[in-house]
Amino acid sequence: MSENPREKIIICRCNDVTQKEIEDLIDQGITDIEMIKRITHIGMGPCQGRTCIPLVASIIARKTGKKVEEIEIPATRIPVRPVPMGALVGDEDEE
Amino acid sequence: MKSKVDIAIIGGGIIGLMTAFELAKRGEESIAVYEKRYIGSGSTFRCGTGIRQQFGDPANIQMMKRSVEKWKTLGEDMEFPKFKFAQTGYLFLLYSEKEVENFKKNVQLQNSYGIPSRIISPEEAREIVPGLDISEVIAASWNHTDGKANPFLAVYGLSRALKRMDVEINEYTEVQEIMVKDSRITGVKTSKGEVKADIVLNAANAWAKILNQKLGLDFPIEPYKHQGIVTEPFKLGEIKPMVVSFKYGGAYLTQKANGGLIGGIALKYGPTWDLTPTYEFLREVSKNFTKIIPALKYMSIIRQWGGYYAETPDHNAVIGKIEEIEGYYLAAGFSGHGFMLAPAVAEGMAELITKGHTSLPLDFYDPYRFKRGELREQAIQMG
Repeated sequence: MSENPREKIIICRCNDVTQKEIEDLIDQGITDIEMIKRITHIGMGPCQGRTCIPLVASIIARKTGKKVEEIEIPATRIPVRPVPMGALVGDEDEE
Repeated sequence: MKSKVDIAIIGGGIIGLMTAFELAKRGEESIAVYEKRYIGSGSTFRCGTGIRQQFGDPANIQMMKRSVEKWKTLGEDMEFPKFKFAQTGYLFLLYSEKEVENFKKNVQLQNSYGIPSRIISPEEAREIVPGLDISEVIAASWNHTDGKANPFLAVYGLSRALKRMDVEINEYTEVQEIMVKDSRITGVKTSKGEVKADIVLNAANAWAKILNQKLGLDFPIEPYKHQGIVTEPFKLGEIKPMVVSFKYGGAYLTQKANGGLIGGIALKYGPTWDLTPTYEFLREVSKNFTKIIPALKYMSIIRQWGGYYAETPDHNAVIGKIEEIEGYYLAAGFSGHGFMLAPAVAEGMAELITKGHTSLPLDFYDPYRFKRGELREQAIQMG
């Protein structure tokens, strides 16, 4: 068991990504939020980045000395909320 | 950024990066890759992840056979074991006698090149994917050595390996012009300055044509908008192979390693540079997917995105040495098959550049076939 609390801080609740994982990537020189997203899948779970993207942007800002506003946020994808396929085909017994 | 390199590669997608990797492995010491956004951002990160050898012509079958061999060892080769080729197969569902006849011919051809594909019964298909609706299926074409891989990890792994090998990767650096003097390549003009080079590889796929036109060259590659979706995760192992149905929308779908479903249908728009996702696609993809696996109606779609198929008239890529300009090479127009073909294309390109010839059947993708009116048989394509 690790003593490092950053390993226990979850940044992305959809995909269980920790603060340490994000910071380790930045330490390796991966500071582009687009690449961090692809490597860790932050922002790509059911919540679509509502929680994690601002947190990751602020971690990048803190570690690189950039301003949060300078960090370009990845594209927002539709649908805005998860939609069951049954609802899209008009299936009556859609749950 | 270096002001002089031996080989300049335009496009930081899977083709450009993989070719840089093959060149560096062969001892080329001065290579640079130029990518106008971030690596993978063009088409690679938008692809459907599938890797298959079930094609209908000898060239694509042989190229994909070689690619699969290389996909299997890529994780080790780039010293990034986190990357894994999931050899989970491709299952084509067949609904008519005519379809079965065509696929029998393809299977025979594939078998003659050592691909272990075979025609199986609907019941066997349902053993592989338990959720399938086989009420209309009369047979399936199955190859267990096909599979899928994560494009994000492939690109990330390659970028790490390339940095170790001193290949310069320039992101957010757009090549605006290819510089030529007396019919010879002299370098590239980028948004961050000029770079001298003796050899240029245009691996810009959908964007390749823009740079070619500035040189007065015309190879027919047009951007078409295709789309994909992923769902929320569900129990792993439910849809191991890539499942394909031409009857239902030209659909392809499979479960990713993290449990979500990824897939698309053949609905396309274009030629266009617009990549806005459409509601028509969202509805059509749901309609067709739930016909193939009815229980998918309970699954929620969480993301939808657009990407280009850089299409040519026969849906086969444009690969080779450009005769009009010494030192200029082209590998683009992959028509939706760039990711899966990348390892073999990269090997072939690296041989072509360093030795002047390759044992791989790159001639099939000859850029001049269109001018000669020798179109290939259309490559089997879905999505």
